Amino acid sequence: MERLLWLIPALPLFGVLVLVPLGRRLGEPLAGWLGTATVAGSFAVTVATFADLLSKPVEERRLVQTLFTWLPSGSFKVDLGFLADPLSITLCLFVTGVGALIHLYSIGYMKGDEKFSKFFLYLNLFVFSMLMLVLGDNLLVTFLGWEGVGACSYFLVSFWHTSTSNATAGKKAFVTNRIGDWGFMVGVFLVWTTVGSINYLDITAAATTGTIAAGTAVAIGLLFFAAATGKSAQLPLFVWLPDAMAGPTPVSALIHAATMVTSGVYLLVRLNPVLVEAGWANDVIAWVGAITALVAATIAISQNDIKKVLAYSTVSQLGYLFLAVGTGNYTAAIFHMVTHAFFKALLFLGSGSVILGMAHDQDMRHYGNLRKYMPITAGTFIVGWLAIAGVPPFSGFWSKDEILAGAYDFGSGGKVLWIIGLVTALITAFYMTRQVVLTFFGEEQWRKLTGGAVGDQTEDSSGADTAADADHDAHDAHAHVLGPDHTPRESPWTMTLPLVALAGLALVGGVLNLPFTPDLHFLDRWLEPVLVHPHELPGGGTLFVLAAIAVLLALAGIAVAIAVYVRGIGDREAVEQEAFAKGWYIDWAYAWFVGGPGRKLFDGFAWFDRNVIDGAVNGTASVVRVAGTGLRRLQSGQVRGYALGLATGAVLLIGYFVTRMGF
Amino acid sequence: MNQNAYLVLSAILFAIGGLGVLTRRNPLVMFMCLELMLNAVNLSFVSFSRSLDDVGGQVVVFFVLVVAAAEVVVGLGIIMAIMRRRQGASADDLTMLKG
Repeated sequence: MERLLWLIPALPLFGVLVLVPLGRRLGEPLAGWLGTATVAGSFAVTVATFADLLSKPVEERRLVQTLFTWLPSGSFKVDLGFLADPLSITLCLFVTGVGALIHLYSIGYMKGDEKFSKFFLYLNLFVFSMLMLVLGDNLLVTFLGWEGVGACSYFLVSFWHTSTSNATAGKKAFVTNRIGDWGFMVGVFLVWTTVGSINYLDITAAATTGTIAAGTAVAIGLLFFAAATGKSAQLPLFVWLPDAMAGPTPVSALIHAATMVTSGVYLLVRLNPVLVEAGWANDVIAWVGAITALVAATIAISQNDIKKVLAYSTVSQLGYLFLAVGTGNYTAAIFHMVTHAFFKALLFLGSGSVILGMAHDQDMRHYGNLRKYMPITAGTFIVGWLAIAGVPPFSGFWSKDEILAGAYDFGSGGKVLWIIGLVTALITAFYMTRQVVLTFFGEEQWRKLTGGAVGDQTEDSSGADTAADADHDAHDAHAHVLGPDHTPRESPWTMTLPLVALAGLALVGGVLNLPFTPDLHFLDRWLEPVLVHPHELPGGGTLFVLAAIAVLLALAGIAVAIAVYVRGIGDREAVEQEAFAKGWYIDWAYAWFVGGPGRKLFDGFAWFDRNVIDGAVNGTASVVRVAGTGLRRLQSGQVRGYALGLATGAVLLIGYFVTRMGF
Repeated sequence: MNQNAYLVLSAILFAIGGLGVLTRRNPLVMFMCLELMLNAVNLSFVSFSRSLDDVGGQVVVFFVLVVAAAEVVVGLGIIMAIMRRRQGASADDLTMLKG
């Protein structure tokens, strides 16, 4: 099986290589089917690898395939190698599985788009990069994938690049990620100087034998966490993710909810042997995660764009993952990562189906009663809602509860983290209920709109302005303006099939790691070989009390939302605070800083660069030029002059030797 | 026979050649003087080889002769080319390559 590992990333790459020259000729929908088939093939190979790993004894569950030496450079040697162990195969399974479903969905969603084949080209390139990131057996291969997914994210966010706001959102995502990438690179340098290798197995060996000093481990942990805050959208670098919703909805589901944004968590779990030595770096990770979860959840309350709610919700859920990582609860992080991939991809794809049915209007205030027109979308969306809200027995309940229980048990400050997590769970239940109520229940709000209202919805979304929206619609074959006569239609089977599949997974995903008896801790036992310190959850009684509290709060959140948005009790304006809608003014503060004090600093850097750095370089050149101008006079072209110089020199040399050497 | 006589002759020939290179302007004559210097050195090599009873000196002379022959071919070729372009050019006029 080792020999076939390369097939997992190679199949999507094959799709890319075919689509680059032939994509336009294959056209629609063949290009989409090809893209879907390569990812599905990759999923099949992953399943085979998974079965192979399962059949081995626990301590031998590790496959390594080294294709070739990528960078031979003295004592520094990097192989292009793949490492399949329980952790990377878990990631591969849901990246390729969810990826294949989203490819299938995209065939329906991108119907009629003039860049149809290019969309699948980028999507395949993304899956390839993501698999390189996950399967790489050293930090550099992971970095290759890390940058690859970043680039694909940029291509796909600004996919409809003719609108300025989409292009800007892409740039914002790219630039924000670069800040985090700095942490990744410096982290790799530090690992190399400390361990002398960047291979994961060597790093694990060094960390477990205590070669890495505590201070160095803290630095490594914080640097890679800085990288993760960029890619996985945590405070203070989360601002790019909500804007990234400018991309097509399948992209939001695949890249900005299920896979790419979890790569930061994957990286930290991969480096868990270092992290357990890293002391207070873990506290930083846990606190940043918890605060991000809370802040993003509050922002989600006041969003009116259906995708923006889900975007902030994703940031919030990623905060949970980092809370789990920071509290050393790695299994729970992976567990929630998987269930989140199921239900958040489901919610995004459901929102895409709604957006398509509503003529690309993304404002939830224009929806209502859609369950009558889109029964499959509504039914699956409701499953996703209950899963993310943490209602048992849906998958989100089990995984979120495990994170909260782990936080409760986490040393000093653990109780505070637990309370923050609980409040976030309450708010999550509230804003998701608000979204479901506004979209699928109540009155048919769009019937009250007059013809040209499509442009109104975008005032508080990064989506587009009126002109851009019209442009956006031009890409869509069956676009028309939302108005009183509009009748939403259910989406084609290529879109509803993935919805149903993901709804099934979101429903039963919890069985991966049920807390009742140790026999049911499948994920715990599966991930055990890659975790140096298996995490112990609180004992039976406490666990169930904690779970009961979480469920009560989730139900309370749902009840409050129903009271406000269905019964009309209380004032909506009081709930949807201005500060929430503006995202706590974080974007505004960044813009102010970069435009004001930051500007002066950057100008200072520019001055330094122009005068000191460039001065040194240009100065060297000037010295050489002046010296050359002077010395060229010596080359007179007079052969006899040269001969005279030669003879004089010879005579002087002989004179020197004769007098000094003393014959 | 005294070896000194050969060495003195060699030194005289070398000095004549060197003086010729420095003072004459005709490239062809300068070239001949250069050959004179080379052969003056050859002479001293041979005489040392004889007095020290070491064949190495004569081997070096063969090398010098071969290299000198090659040099003559190149050098005369250049001088011929120059003379064809400008009749009676002196070495001092040929300063096209100055910096």
